[in-house]
This record gives sequence, structure tokens and C-alpha cells, in this order.
Amino acid sequence: MSRLADDAVRRLRANPAAVLALFVMTGIIVVTVFGAWLNPNNGQALDWLHLAARPSLAKAHWFGTDRLGRDLFVRTLAGTRVSIAIGLVASAISLIVGVGYGAVAGYLGGRTDHLMMRIIEILSGLPLIFFVIFLTVIFGRSETLLFISIGAVGWLTMARIVRGQTMSIRQQEFIAAAIASGASTGRIIFRHVIPNLIGPVVVYATLTVPQIILFESFLSFLGLGIQEPGASLGTLIAEGVGEMEAAPWILLMPGGFLAVLLLCLNIFGDGLRDALDVKEA
Amino acid sequence: MMRYFFTRLAGAIPTLFIIVTLTFFLMRAAPGGPFDEEQALPPEIMANLQNAYGLDQPMWTQYERYLKSLLHGDFGPSFKYKDFTVTELIRLGFPVTLELGAIALALALFAGIPLGVFAALHHNSAADTATMSVAVVGIAIPTFVVLPFLGLLFGVYLHWLPVADWEPGSIRHLALPVIALALPPLAYIARLTRGSMLEILRSHFIRTAFAKGLPLRTVILRHALRPALTPVASYLVPAVASIMTGSLVVESIAGIPGIGRYLVQGAINRDYTLVLGMVIIYSTLLIGMGLAVDLLYAWLDPRVRPAK
Repeated sequence: MSRLADDAVRRLRANPAAVLALFVMTGIIVVTVFGAWLNPNNGQALDWLHLAARPSLAKAHWFGTDRLGRDLFVRTLAGTRVSIAIGLVASAISLIVGVGYGAVAGYLGGRTDHLMMRIIEILSGLPLIFFVIFLTVIFGRSETLLFISIGAVGWLTMARIVRGQTMSIRQQEFIAAAIASGASTGRIIFRHVIPNLIGPVVVYATLTVPQIILFESFLSFLGLGIQEPGASLGTLIAEGVGEMEAAPWILLMPGGFLAVLLLCLNIFGDGLRDALDVKEA
Repeated sequence: MMRYFFTRLAGAIPTLFIIVTLTFFLMRAAPGGPFDEEQALPPEIMANLQNAYGLDQPMWTQYERYLKSLLHGDFGPSFKYKDFTVTELIRLGFPVTLELGAIALALALFAGIPLGVFAALHHNSAADTATMSVAVVGIAIPTFVVLPFLGLLFGVYLHWLPVADWEPGSIRHLALPVIALALPPLAYIARLTRGSMLEILRSHFIRTAFAKGLPLRTVILRHALRPALTPVASYLVPAVASIMTGSLVVESIAGIPGIGRYLVQGAINRDYTLVLGMVIIYSTLLIGMGLAVDLLYAWLDPRVRPAK
């Protein structure tokens, strides 16, 4: 196993795009965590003399200010922090639920599979947005709820993909051999099926983090996620779209930040996939 | 095959029924109602309104009534858009949304699949890297960033295309929204096709096909493409969902009069009938797509066909 991990790290190092993405990502995280200390502005104070001001070094408005004169640099960083936290927690939830569910459905097949897939169909028939809207309307808008609801819906696609893979694994000889040697169904799923799913699961899980960040900012963009005066990249972009023609930096700064962050996460995820995919070697 | 289709179809109806029921009761369970205003209405007016829309009836009667009218294709009156029924709102907006979505899906498929095959055939070359880099950009960057950025570039700076007006049937006005909408599924399809194509190209039956001396074109089109498209087929439902979700922001950014805006606005306004109507439309589309995919799957991969 550790030899496999060593191989993976070595292969990952040989991929310049993934290494660069990792560096940029680390840079963004460092700036996100510590950057606010370097800047004298606090992100909530209204600078009446600089409303929708261009980015400049004067008054340390490095990314400019928004329509209310709040510093965009500090607000963008705060939004990024929220996005990253939500992305990690919600992905972990969706990974665990999705793999377990998909593997069981795909392996058992027949009526159980039919029922389990019907449940997924029902859940995904309710568009994700609704699910979150209902929860936010019933329980009020909170970040904890956002974590849970996004994680709870993120597993659907994972489960589908895992099920599909499991269905084809099930037909292979080594599963027949395991059954013939008397292994229990639970053991076959957890010891034989799931380990063989690692490739597709890692591929999909690494892509889930940016997807969830995207979903959160999408909700916030629609005004259903993070609320004022809190900042999320989504709310900042929504503000920016309104001011696009007069003050494009209000759009470009958070938009660029979100784009670069998601791009790096995706490229790194792809790199990791190639590094872990034993078949590629 | 037909029997398989009809069992799946019969399964879809209870699904839809459960979705309608769940949405109906969840929506009513939430605090607040469609007539909440900044200033509370006088109780008599409130009572009149409740009475006019049948909201004073027991929940169960309301539900029964709704189901009955639904069977007649009547989604009921909208609570907020007072001069319209939900059916009218859907009739006005749905064709626009459908047109936008269908063009985007077609673009995603007909550009994504060839791009994926192309990249797989030039595995590890500069062309492959370039295609996949563009694909990563398409997957990574959200629609609500892509569309404003495109609008800024082609609309505000270059003045080539309109940013946010809408004219029915105008290609110029459709161009940016369709591209922004199609980009994520297009990129994803290209990547899926490339991945499975690479795997298929290494398999024995492809080696056999080449060994027989078949030209590359025939090997790809007749032998490799069909099995390679299985992952694309299973991605179709998420692709449609992604386009639906994307159309919410695309319609609001580009000012397109589709049904996307009703979804969010209806939920915020607690416009029960409107939200229910939207849920029914969207879920019917998704379930229909799921059915189509099942059939496609059986056609693409004989191993998943039900045993005779």
C-alpha cells in the first residue's frame, strides 16, 4: 500500500500542471488565512470617500471597493475561507454516504437496487436548489445547515457512479471466486468491491470539492446561501454582475478568485487521478 | 425490450407522485405564507384571501383538490403573479427555457464527443493536452462567472454581441447564454469520452479489428464508439440537471424570460402552486431523461439488458 502511495507521489511530482496547481492552491489558502492581517481594512467598514473605487494602493484597497465602500480584498478573502470550509466538509460527507450506498445497490442488484435507485431518482428529481431552499426556509439560514444540506445532496452522483462501476465489477471472475469460497456479502462489498472502486471514487471525490464550492457560491449568487453582511464569493459575484459595466473589478476580483481556485482544485484532482490510476502506468 | 421500457415507465409514475406529495406538504410545513407582506394584512382581508385560494380548507382537502386539477392539466392560480395561472406562466416561459436548454445540450454532445475521441486518438500529444486543458477550464469555472466574463469581453469591450437583452429567435442574443450553459457539460462529456475511449482502444477486440486491417475510421465508428459512450449515457441525467440549474442563473443574468426565475422567486414568495408546477415540470423532464438513458444503456451495452 505504501509503495502504491510512493508511486503516486512520484507520478504526481512528474506532472508540472498538478504541481503548479498545488502551489497556487497553497498560495491562495495562505493568503486567505493570513492576508487579512496584512491589510488595514476590515471588510465591514464603509469608506465613504471611496465608493466603488478602482483597485489601488492608496488606502490599501488592493482589489478596490464595492458600491458601499467596503474593501473588496478583505471581503474576497473572507468569502474564499467560507467556500473552502464548506467544500471540504460537505465532500467528506458525500463521499462516505455515496460510496456505501452505490456499492450496496450495485452489488445486490435486483429489487433492492431498483428501490435504492428509485430513492436517488426521487431525491434528484427534487432539484438540489429546492432541497436547500426548503431546509433554509424551515430552519432559517445558517452556515451549518448549508454544510449539511450540500453534503446530503452531493452524494447522489457519487452513488450513481459507484453503482455503475460496481455492476461491472460484480460480473468479474474474482467476485465469483469470492462467492464460491463462501465470503459473506458484506465482506465481498467492503473487501473486494470497494477497493476496486478506488480509482473512480478518487477521481470523482477530488472533483466533488470544487463542485461543492461551486454549488455553494451558486446558492449564494441566487441569494439563498451566505447572507449579508457575510461575504461569499457567490454574493460578491452577484454584486459584481450588477455593477459590471461601470465598475468591472467588483465582478472580476471575486470572479477571478473563484475561477482560479476552482481551476487549481480541478487540475490537482486530475493530477491525483492520473497518479493513483494504476492502469495508466 | 418493449416490456422493459413499460416496466420502467410504470415505475416512473409513482416516483413523480411521491415528488408532488413531498413538495406539497414540505412547502406547507414551512413557516410563513404567500400573503405575508411587510405590513400585516387586516385579518378580514387575510381571511378572504385564504378563502379565495382555498387555503382555509383542511390540508388534506387542498391536496385532493390540487391532484384533481393536476390531472386536468391545471396547475392552479399563481399566488403572487395575480393575473396569471401557473399553467399560463409555464406556457409562456417553458418554450424559451426548453429551447435554450436543448440547444445547449445538443452543443455539449455534438462538440463534446468528437473532442473526446480526438483527444484519445492523439493521446499524450500537444493536441490532447490542449483539449483537456480547455476542458478543465470548462468544468471548473461556474456558469455565473463565465457568462458575465464573456459579456464583459464580447459585449462591453468588443461590442460584438448584446450582453443582456432578449429577442425571441435571435441567434446573436442566444449565443453567449448557450455557450455559457453548454460549456460545463461539453467539457465533462469530452473528458468522459476521452477516458473511456482510451480504455476501449486498449482492449482485445479493438486490437483484433486493427489486426484485420480495418481502417482507423471504421474501427472508431463501428467498434469503439458505441461501448465508449456508456459513461456519456449515464452522465446525461446529471447533464440535463446541470443545464437546468445553470439556466436559473443564465436566465437571470441575460434577462431571458424562461421559467428559471419562477423557481427561486416562487420559493422565496412561498407561491405554493408556482413552485409545485416548477417541481413537476423539472422532475418530469429529469425522469424522462432517466428513462431514455436506461434504454440507451441497454442499446449501448448488451450486458445490462434484462435476461430473456
